[in-house]
Amino acid sequence: MLGEFHPALGNADWAAVWLTFRLASLVTVILIVVGTPIAWWLARTRSKWKGVVGAVVALPLVLPPTVLGFYLLIAMGPHGPVGQFTQWLGIGLLPFTFPGLVVASVFYSLPFVVQPVQNAFEAVGERMLEVAATLRANPWDTFFTVVLPLAKPGFITAAILGFAHTVGEFGVVLMIGGNIPGKTRVVSVQIYDHVEAMEYAEAHVLAGGMLLFSFLVLLALYSRKGAVSWK
Amino acid sequence: MTTLEAIHARFQVIWPGFTLDVDLDLPGRGVTALFGHSGSGKTTLLRCIAGLERQGSGSLHFKGEVWQDRERGVFLPTYQRPIGYVFQEASLFPHLSVRKNLDYGRKRVNGGHKVSLDHAVELLGIGHLLDRMPDRLSGGERQRVAIARALATSPELLLMDEPLASLDLKRKGEILPYLERLHDELEIPVCYVSHSPDEVARLADHVVLLAEGRVRAQGGLRETLARLDLPTAFTEDAGVVIEAVVADHDEAYHLTRLDFPGGSVVVARRPEAVGRRLRFRVHARDVSLALARAEGTSIANLLPATVTEIADADTPAHVLVRLDAGGTPLIARITRRSRDHLHVMPGAPLWAQIKAVALLG
Repeated sequence: MLGEFHPALGNADWAAVWLTFRLASLVTVILIVVGTPIAWWLARTRSKWKGVVGAVVALPLVLPPTVLGFYLLIAMGPHGPVGQFTQWLGIGLLPFTFPGLVVASVFYSLPFVVQPVQNAFEAVGERMLEVAATLRANPWDTFFTVVLPLAKPGFITAAILGFAHTVGEFGVVLMIGGNIPGKTRVVSVQIYDHVEAMEYAEAHVLAGGMLLFSFLVLLALYSRKGAVSWK
Repeated sequence: MTTLEAIHARFQVIWPGFTLDVDLDLPGRGVTALFGHSGSGKTTLLRCIAGLERQGSGSLHFKGEVWQDRERGVFLPTYQRPIGYVFQEASLFPHLSVRKNLDYGRKRVNGGHKVSLDHAVELLGIGHLLDRMPDRLSGGERQRVAIARALATSPELLLMDEPLASLDLKRKGEILPYLERLHDELEIPVCYVSHSPDEVARLADHVVLLAEGRVRAQGGLRETLARLDLPTAFTEDAGVVIEAVVADHDEAYHLTRLDFPGGSVVVARRPEAVGRRLRFRVHARDVSLALARAEGTSIANLLPATVTEIADADTPAHVLVRLDAGGTPLIARITRRSRDHLHVMPGAPLWAQIKAVALLG
């Protein structure tokens, strides 16, 4: 049933692993940059839009990835607003490209970064900001010298979760990226292909690797001092 | 008091269930106590002065500089006001050592350091704590570091929001002497929020009494505390503060005589040398009145005085009698019946019998 056992990974497998790693790293960096201002706004605002924005950010937590992927595909397609914009910019269409995958993954993993960072910002508290202001620190200065250092554990949690969640995505990738070797075929899709082709041995190696990776990531996360601060 | 020396503050803050509406001229020197019960608006007023409350309208002129003026559209944000602020809880930055906490504000101030870091560290007695992290400090030590941190910015105005309230009695006693040294050694005007009459009596030169968001009385410490027309809430603890000089020690009986304008009192032996100044508080409930100088009494402190004013006290059974003892005001709390029996009325000469005095410091 298992077929002939090949402990080593083939070239296509390694390409998928490398692509997955590049995708998750890039997405994590973008998420920290994009997610931090959103988290700051959500942590500090008294606007009536807080609930709406918070709910939109959290949507990927509950939506089936196919639904998210479907709408992103439409938006980035030739008739969608994003597609029209990217064509106008002269970079063509995003679906079935690596950049398209990056954009989709950013949406998909956004709550996993925003929520821990938002919680960390909220935990810093208003008082610390007031103290810094009475000590002559302007708001930017306060952000970099007081808020960021105090929120560091939240950022570490956010980066780990954002990276791991991007590594683990499947549905959105299939909807947006398809299955182009070296461009959009990530590990989860590669496993799917192996299983389709009855190559269970190869599937075993990749799936086992993912299992081990995910466990180690979560182990690192839950063993940290102060445990996990995300809801 | 010219405008160049004074602080003029006018604030109006309206929140659901609370309104602060004050218009104040504060002296540009010494310690001004903002005194009142919780909910009286004293902390809100302090936060307005610091620029921490942006709601509401107001103006703030500090020694001729405009910090805030609604009509002119001026609002200096907190970080541009030359203030030091000590919060009720020490609020040290937990990720920085004591030394880095002290440096935080200091290195963000350009120009003249009127207060050197060494002086602030020495004043507050925290030299041995510099390399510790805040979570390794006791409550009293933390508050001392917070005060030194505020001083290290060489503020032109020091704002303190009940810096002792979160501490137990022992820690309070540990910090009060440092606060007195600030008062004696630095020329920085201080606004000090407190609800403790003893703290106010010990530290303040000037008092602003707040109740329900409004100023009920203000003025010099002695005159203000000796007023009778204040809300009942204050008269429960009515009394006066007297500034005296150590005149003489009686080694045989272990007593010390303190002189003040209008008389003297004898108290248990004090460690202070002859000539030192001391403040003490006389509670209205510790003063009784007699028509003649009492003989054969164990009360040693008898002062001739004249009644100046009579007012209602906190209970219908009592009245407060304000007296003038040779220039020093006193308040006595006596029963309404005694008032009638002794025919106490303004102008009447009497003897005040002081049962106890509370020495401050």
